[in-house]
Amino acid sequence: MNIHNFIELAVFFSLLIGLAPLLGRYMARVLSGESTLLSKLLAPLEMAVYRVGAIRPDEKMSWKKYFQAVLIFNVIGLVSLWILMMIQTWLPLNPMKLANVPWDLALNTAISFITNTNWQAYSGEATLSYFTQMAGLTVHNFLSAATGLAVLLALTRGLRHASIQELGNFWVDVTRSTLYIFLPLSLIMAVFLISQGVPQTLSRYATAHTLEGAEQVIPLGPVASQVAIKHLGTNGGGFFGENSAHPFENPTPLTNFTEVFGLLMIPASLVFTFGFMIGDKRHAWCLFSVMMIVLVGSFAVSWWAETQPNPVTANVLPQLEGKEVRFGVMNSVLFATATTGTSCGAVNAMHDSFMPLAGLMPLLNMMLGCIAFGGVGAGLYGMLMHVLITVFIAGLMVGRTPEYLGKKIQAWEAAWAAVAILLPNLLILLGSALSATVSAGLAGPSNSGPHGLSEILYAFSSCAANNGSAFAGLNANSVFYNLSLGAVMWVGRFGCIFAVLAIAGSLACKMTVPASPGTFPTNGLTFTLVLLGIILIVGALTFFPALCLGPIVEHGLMISGRVF
Amino acid sequence: MSAKIEIRYPELVRQAMIGACQKLHPREELKNPVMFVVWVGSILSTAFLFHQFSGFNLQLALWLWFTCLFANFAEAMAEGRGKAHADALRKMRTATLARRLDSGQESAVIATDLKIDDCFVCEAGDIIPADGEIVEGIATVDESAITGESAPVIRESGGDRSAVTGGTRVISDRIVVRVTAEPGHSFLDRMIAMIEGARRQKTPNEIALNIVLISLTILFILVVLTLPTFAAFNERAAGQSGVVLTSLPVLLALIVCLIPTTIGGLLSAIGIAGIDRLMRRNVLATSGRAVEAAGDVDVLLLDKTGTITLGNRMATELIPAPGVNAGELADAAHFASLADETPEGRSIAVLVKEQYGMRGREVAAPHGQFIPFTAQTRMSGMDFPAPESGIPRCIRKGAAEAVKQFIEAQGGLYPKAVEDIVSDIARAGGTPLVVADGNRVLGVIRLKDIVKGGIRERFAQLRKMGVRTIMITGDNPLTAAAIAAEAGVDDFIAHAKPEDKLARIRQEQADGRLIAMIGDGTNDAPALAQADVGVAMNTGTQAAREAGNMVDLDSNPTKLIEVVEIGKQLLMTRGALTTFSIANDVAKYFAILPAMFGLLYATQVGGHGPLEKLNIMHLHSPESAILSAIVFNALIIVALIPLALRGVKYEAIGAAAVLRKNMVIYGLGGIIVPFVFIKLIDLFLVAVHLVS
Repeated sequence: MNIHNFIELAVFFSLLIGLAPLLGRYMARVLSGESTLLSKLLAPLEMAVYRVGAIRPDEKMSWKKYFQAVLIFNVIGLVSLWILMMIQTWLPLNPMKLANVPWDLALNTAISFITNTNWQAYSGEATLSYFTQMAGLTVHNFLSAATGLAVLLALTRGLRHASIQELGNFWVDVTRSTLYIFLPLSLIMAVFLISQGVPQTLSRYATAHTLEGAEQVIPLGPVASQVAIKHLGTNGGGFFGENSAHPFENPTPLTNFTEVFGLLMIPASLVFTFGFMIGDKRHAWCLFSVMMIVLVGSFAVSWWAETQPNPVTANVLPQLEGKEVRFGVMNSVLFATATTGTSCGAVNAMHDSFMPLAGLMPLLNMMLGCIAFGGVGAGLYGMLMHVLITVFIAGLMVGRTPEYLGKKIQAWEAAWAAVAILLPNLLILLGSALSATVSAGLAGPSNSGPHGLSEILYAFSSCAANNGSAFAGLNANSVFYNLSLGAVMWVGRFGCIFAVLAIAGSLACKMTVPASPGTFPTNGLTFTLVLLGIILIVGALTFFPALCLGPIVEHGLMISGRVF
Repeated sequence: MSAKIEIRYPELVRQAMIGACQKLHPREELKNPVMFVVWVGSILSTAFLFHQFSGFNLQLALWLWFTCLFANFAEAMAEGRGKAHADALRKMRTATLARRLDSGQESAVIATDLKIDDCFVCEAGDIIPADGEIVEGIATVDESAITGESAPVIRESGGDRSAVTGGTRVISDRIVVRVTAEPGHSFLDRMIAMIEGARRQKTPNEIALNIVLISLTILFILVVLTLPTFAAFNERAAGQSGVVLTSLPVLLALIVCLIPTTIGGLLSAIGIAGIDRLMRRNVLATSGRAVEAAGDVDVLLLDKTGTITLGNRMATELIPAPGVNAGELADAAHFASLADETPEGRSIAVLVKEQYGMRGREVAAPHGQFIPFTAQTRMSGMDFPAPESGIPRCIRKGAAEAVKQFIEAQGGLYPKAVEDIVSDIARAGGTPLVVADGNRVLGVIRLKDIVKGGIRERFAQLRKMGVRTIMITGDNPLTAAAIAAEAGVDDFIAHAKPEDKLARIRQEQADGRLIAMIGDGTNDAPALAQADVGVAMNTGTQAAREAGNMVDLDSNPTKLIEVVEIGKQLLMTRGALTTFSIANDVAKYFAILPAMFGLLYATQVGGHGPLEKLNIMHLHSPESAILSAIVFNALIIVALIPLALRGVKYEAIGAAAVLRKNMVIYGLGGIIVPFVFIKLIDLFLVAVHLVS
């Protein structure tokens, strides 16, 4: 911890807090269908997309119709991406003549990119052709983020409108968010990355001769364009296996700063977009504060833990094993916190090498459902599910049927909010328990004891929360893990989306009860603290036993000098 | 009602204990999924005793059974009160004979044979055999069996007091009644069904809360059931097979500790107690749903007369016309009111007596003739026969318009100054009565609506709770506004017709608000039916009683406010205990997890592993820790029964303040309390050697 760290943090968070409301406002305008600065340029393109896709932009969808559209869109994406990987060797733009991807890995990877998880059981440079990376993965980096954003929009409309059946048009939401938000921002970020030395080329891998005379192949590719959206869309699927630890994916401290910032920017701004759209900016600040507290709190614990002496490594500080020297401890921890607080999942250090308690925080972030600030759209709608449960439990205490933004929260909403929150938790617990029992699962972790258990828990938490970051140490490219994690990713994503849209549909039909002094206040300090409390308590109660047997006992053992 | 039914607590507790055991039947347990899990856990842990008996396992099994029993006891206690009441009512229903009228002929039939539209006769001393409407006659009726109110009430044909209730007794006179309710569907039957069936139908909020509780239960079951696999994974690495306590009874104990048993066990008791609280205030709800809706009410529609103001207007001031002696006005006003038996008339006599020291005069003394009020003249007064001087004296008092016509008809002059006084009084919310003697205007009597004491504060409280009040009155807008301001209502409807009430309710509902109103007349029925909470007065017509979803047996319009409070209390109690229940889990983890994991990775035999550090309460041993947690979990249900039955204390402060307060008590308290008590129970268990 030195003064430069604190200056960097101050600049980082001031920029985030300063820019989020501005970008939030822009997105609110775009997503409400208003025209913006970019409209002149992009409107013809938007119309062209509607014409080609035979989309009637004024068609309004009920929640079931909306979910249908989400599902159709994603299933088509899944199947085409799966097939694309399995036949890549016969397709163009494969200068290294990489082979077809095995079916189970291809399926896992396809689900992973469709669900915005970007779990990678492969190394990009050794497995995927340029064509697959560009036409497959990069495209879905955009579309999966747009899907998450669209679902959030549907929920927002359900909360804002009274007594209507429609939640908007999925196709329009996806088109507009891609064209007006992700594409322009990605373009700017890609150009910046290129300026910092990130490659953007279609030529074959370079071959270098080292001083010792050995031959070294240096992988290249259209990296910058994919890395930009990998962060902005909170996808996190690296071009290279080492992800943002790779010098071509994240070459300088400046790119590192931009990448962490990039992955937080849209999710953080969306909170304000939501605030603008529902017309309650104070409530947006409350949500923003809760997310920020979780993020900063988790960062602080990790950073503290990372600066503690480790008897196993003779108390040498700083601890740089598993970290990139060009980033150092603080930037590695900040990256790890941000990437797991959101559902990005890119990494610039090996979380597996962190101190047990520093590794615990990214794990916990994902167990809480990636809500600080979460994935694009997904983070906020996940947070709103927590809000519903909070409003439901605490709201009863003011002596009224719980209401949220004037909409009554009744059996239907309570049930689906519970599903949305508990489903990922159940997936994590069941998946981990299965893997810790069957031999195919036990073959995965490269460590035994608590560290091995952390590797398993981490994998399932990462997939259930659609995060995609890896703890490292788990050999996940087996049929067992490819299929089980694939299933967890799919159910975790679309199970939650179904629940969210079911709630949106029901809320849209309800009247908005005007607020009165008897209404549960959702824009004050009390609400902020209660929400934070409920998130932490529900999360902690669910995972405390498992975490005790993972990182917590590992921490205790490490102090006594025992490792696994 | 409360006056009538005596609740003997020792008997109630005895009955509830029996009830608690009877409720162990699977059919009963299945109604409450959270407690059903505990019930299954009890059976499994008992069965486990045959597999592996130990004192510890036996105690765990016993305490699981106690948990079930305590929850059942809570429910049985709540039901007990209602049952006692229902039994008393049922006794009244036993076959009374009815004197049915068939085309003028009386015949004796069993009460239950009466059909709708049959007519029957009741005379002094008869029990009224069925619900009905008086078609002929007037009678005093003793309704104490239903209302607990010993003073008899008058019921008469026509108008808004024509309904009679089966089971009540005629004290005087003779009435003919037309039956309005099928046998088995009478008011009494509904009352009994309501009281007994209180727990059978769940209210919307209860259903929603149940879903959340079930979700948490499923989650915690999975949390516990996946635990052995994670433990085994570690045991393999530690080379300490079986060192983590994952025996079936321990896992079951952990499940029961984590699932929300506190709220799960008390949930139905809270609901029943809410209805019971209403009943003790002599309000009868036709469904739990209505009680819950009362807590959500945004707007109260209140009739002015009888609710906001005392029923009658009172004379408060005499204002003489210019050039008239105050004493002369008082004298005339007194004469005009001497024989006026209306409350207004009497209040004038009282005012004159108090302010001008006039003694009561014999009506007969001046040989005057009393002129009663009629709808045509809209005046009352007194005529004196012409004395020797020649002109007869006519004293009149009445509405300004009427007196003006009267004066002008006699060639008198109606002064402008009086007109001003009249309009001033009206603007200030009063009712002016002009007094005239012959063709001379003497002055004006100010009649005023007297706003009930304390009602203004009541409305202020309601406003803090977010409930707006709307006053309904037939007065003109000027008068209405003045009274509205004095009583502190938020809004008023003047010149109100029954359709206006209905229209206003519809309009507020269209804006998303919930409306409560109270009414008695037949023309209130549509509005009562439309309102989300419609409280009908027991003195009201049958139509009104059918239309509302609550009946106030005391017929006290102010009761609506208490109904709202009880509704809110019901929801608050549920929320508070849910929060408390979940918050409790934190401490239970710190008791049970170190007990289960304490030996894992211990470096020497009998030593502690790193997770023993989680034993922050320093509980004596793994067994004492687990037992203490489960004992606390069971006892807290008993400890909270009074709270569940009484309800969380209700205060009229804003929602934000209520939330803060309850969050500190039940949220923060819910985290801290179990730490203290689990430690104490642990000390106790060890001290009495129940565990080593």
